[in-house]
Amino acid sequence: MKKKKPVANPRPGFVLEVDRQTPPILFHHGEGFRLEKLPVGRSRVVYPGEPLRGIADPDGAIRDALLNPIDDDPLPSLLKPGMKLTIAFDDISLPLPPMQRPDVRQRIIEAVLDMAAEAGVDDVHLIAALCLHRRMTDTELRHAVGDRVFEAFHPHGLLYNHDAEDPDGMVILGHTEKGETVQMSRRAAESDLVVYVNINLVSMDGGWKSTATGLAGYEGVRAHHNVHTLRHSRSFMDQENSELHRSNWRQGDVIKAHGPRIFQIESTLNTNTFGHDGPMAVLQKREWEWSIADRAAFTAMAAGLDRMPSSARRKVFHSWKAPYDVTSVQAGDVEAVHKRTTEMVYAQHLVPVQGQTDVLTMGLPYLTPYNVNSIMNPILVMVQGLGYFFNLYRGKPLVREGGVLIMSHPTPWEFHPVHHPSYIDFFEQVLADTTDPVEIEQRYEKQFAEDEWYRHLYRTSHAYHGVHPFYMWYWGSHAMQYLAQVIVVGGNERAVRRLGFKPATTLADALEMATDIVGPKPTITHYHNPPILMADVTG
Amino acid sequence: MMGWLRFITQPPATPKGVTKPEKTPKTGVHYDTTWAHRPAAKLIRRFGVWSFFKPAIAFYGNPRVIGTDRIRDLDGPVIFAANHHSHADTSLLLATLPSRLREDLAIAAGADYFFPNRILGALSALFIGAIPIERTRISKLSLRNSQKALEEGRSLLIFPEGGRSPDGWSSEHKPGAAYLAKRCGVPVIPIYIDGTGSILPKGKNWPKRSRCAVVFGHPMTIGDDENPRDFAKTVERRVAELADEFGTGWWQARKNAYRNTTPEPTGPEAGAWRRRWALGPKPGQRRSSSTDKPPWPEL
Repeated sequence: MKKKKPVANPRPGFVLEVDRQTPPILFHHGEGFRLEKLPVGRSRVVYPGEPLRGIADPDGAIRDALLNPIDDDPLPSLLKPGMKLTIAFDDISLPLPPMQRPDVRQRIIEAVLDMAAEAGVDDVHLIAALCLHRRMTDTELRHAVGDRVFEAFHPHGLLYNHDAEDPDGMVILGHTEKGETVQMSRRAAESDLVVYVNINLVSMDGGWKSTATGLAGYEGVRAHHNVHTLRHSRSFMDQENSELHRSNWRQGDVIKAHGPRIFQIESTLNTNTFGHDGPMAVLQKREWEWSIADRAAFTAMAAGLDRMPSSARRKVFHSWKAPYDVTSVQAGDVEAVHKRTTEMVYAQHLVPVQGQTDVLTMGLPYLTPYNVNSIMNPILVMVQGLGYFFNLYRGKPLVREGGVLIMSHPTPWEFHPVHHPSYIDFFEQVLADTTDPVEIEQRYEKQFAEDEWYRHLYRTSHAYHGVHPFYMWYWGSHAMQYLAQVIVVGGNERAVRRLGFKPATTLADALEMATDIVGPKPTITHYHNPPILMADVTG
Repeated sequence: MMGWLRFITQPPATPKGVTKPEKTPKTGVHYDTTWAHRPAAKLIRRFGVWSFFKPAIAFYGNPRVIGTDRIRDLDGPVIFAANHHSHADTSLLLATLPSRLREDLAIAAGADYFFPNRILGALSALFIGAIPIERTRISKLSLRNSQKALEEGRSLLIFPEGGRSPDGWSSEHKPGAAYLAKRCGVPVIPIYIDGTGSILPKGKNWPKRSRCAVVFGHPMTIGDDENPRDFAKTVERRVAELADEFGTGWWQARKNAYRNTTPEPTGPEAGAWRRRWALGPKPGQRRSSSTDKPPWPEL
């Protein structure tokens, strides 16, 4: 059997006005699904575009990008015998879900190493640029870089996770004109060349954020991972209007002046998240195009999932590897490369939407960047809805200021004790006291960030840094300030209330509750994601 | 009674002055394998792979499979070019190739060995998808058989060394695979096989258990102006690099390749015992001369 090709002419995303003929709409609901009827005449659904065609020869495209970089010298000319070369790459948080083998990082790293071998470079380190994220396991590293690279470098300690709390392993490169500290891994900072291998899943990723954040520590990222910056990033998916990016770019200027030479390699993927065939393909189709087989598969899948214990459901979903195709690879100067990358991301994700809405609905899936092979705890539910999905806009948010956000997720009071130890304390202690991001930042952040036990777990186990749940909370701070109310459908009532949101049993109840805020007969927009889309809101 | 039997079994004598027409032989390279690529035969072959080759290779070889990601995107017919130690090589590849590629695979097999008569020929064609080729020279019939398979959309497995290794070292590649790649415009996938020589070496009839491995390489395409003989050398070198990758790791192998220090797969030009000695304790593990640590503590 031959491999199925993606559709020849992918259709762009669009906005569907809901009428009597509209079938029930798919809402992701954690490791499950809901089919919901939306009110006729005042509801609309924003659908993502179909996956763009991938590059026919990704290895050829990678080689071409390295030999013909944008605003930089060809990579082979930068490689010399006796030099120190560091290859940094994006961590487990990208892409989502993880992609089928071979991962694009593997393809790129092999191409870079092949050129390094040709040039006679011996001193090579590979670093997973995870900043304050959890350390990747050996299996996860192997999946990202491939067997060949893993086996060649990992046993010798030359392929490892970035350690932002290593007292001897971090250096301060300088400060920006606004006083922001620029910090970097010592190995990277002292290298003759840093090659950064990125995956740009959404427009927030990449650019100077790769090195200025990925290879930094608490001192470096606190400059922009704070309530003020994130409330002034509207949105942080739109670099032109993102304070988060402006701060990273200022840090980039310091890296350019005082840091190592950076050769940036960025790649973009299409949105082929669930495949064109197979058990999950139905999740990528528009509901009125579901065939009998699709409907049967969906019903069987939903019924089966309902009967499984939550751990089994998680296992099923987290074992899914997306059959993404690579749509572009560009290399060279950080800013020039990122400009081209962003164009490619927008080409896949942007969907024009006219006007805002009173009520925005969204079904949250099982995955965020911070719970790959883990549990999506209530804080991550918040960050998925208010941090990521809410911010996937250009221009202005899909929902009007003072509007209501309704999200569907089981929101279990469950935490992964190894991955998210500080999240547990944040949820139990901090959120029990206050949900105000500014107060949380002032009263609690330092204590968690400098806690020796969290630091130990971050360095030696697979725990997110002690300060990470705070950043999650700040990530949603713009939406919290902007929205009048957040309602969670089908969530654990206590957990939802702890987040400061309102629980509802059904979508109909949630819509009824929303009318108390936005008045009767509000306009409703459903954000049909995943696959990922970004609303380009005008008017 | 005996007269009738003799009449039936003995061919009639040819009268003098008459030339008897020559029969087209139906064995060897002339054996027609078309029937073996029909759906029913494929189904039997699939059953054979799952019920025999896979369990047998898992039991005897417990193979390590490396580099399947390099052939993940393959879509059309290709030529697999592997080194050849043993009859177990075919079984190993049938057991380890991704099913998408195995379904439509023809194996170029020595006409003299696999198709000496119609029964053995039928078994070879049916169970391993063999097509007959002549091992000692490039003949029109061999080419026709191989080309037909590729043109019909089947991939082709060729052992370009032309036969099994007599001593554990590889032999020089013959240009048949490269010539076909040029003529049919298909890529060549270099493959390195390790350890099968210990499972079923040349001259033995019964296998014994030993670890084996298969390393798939990146697809290689012959250039428009490239000579098939040169391309055959390139493929041979790539197989040697895969052998080095298996022995020393990918990164070291790449460095060796660029420094032209990839170990020669054909072994040293020396007497038989020295060639065997250089192979090391097991085939595939080269005996190192100076870099090995002594088996005692440093004093």
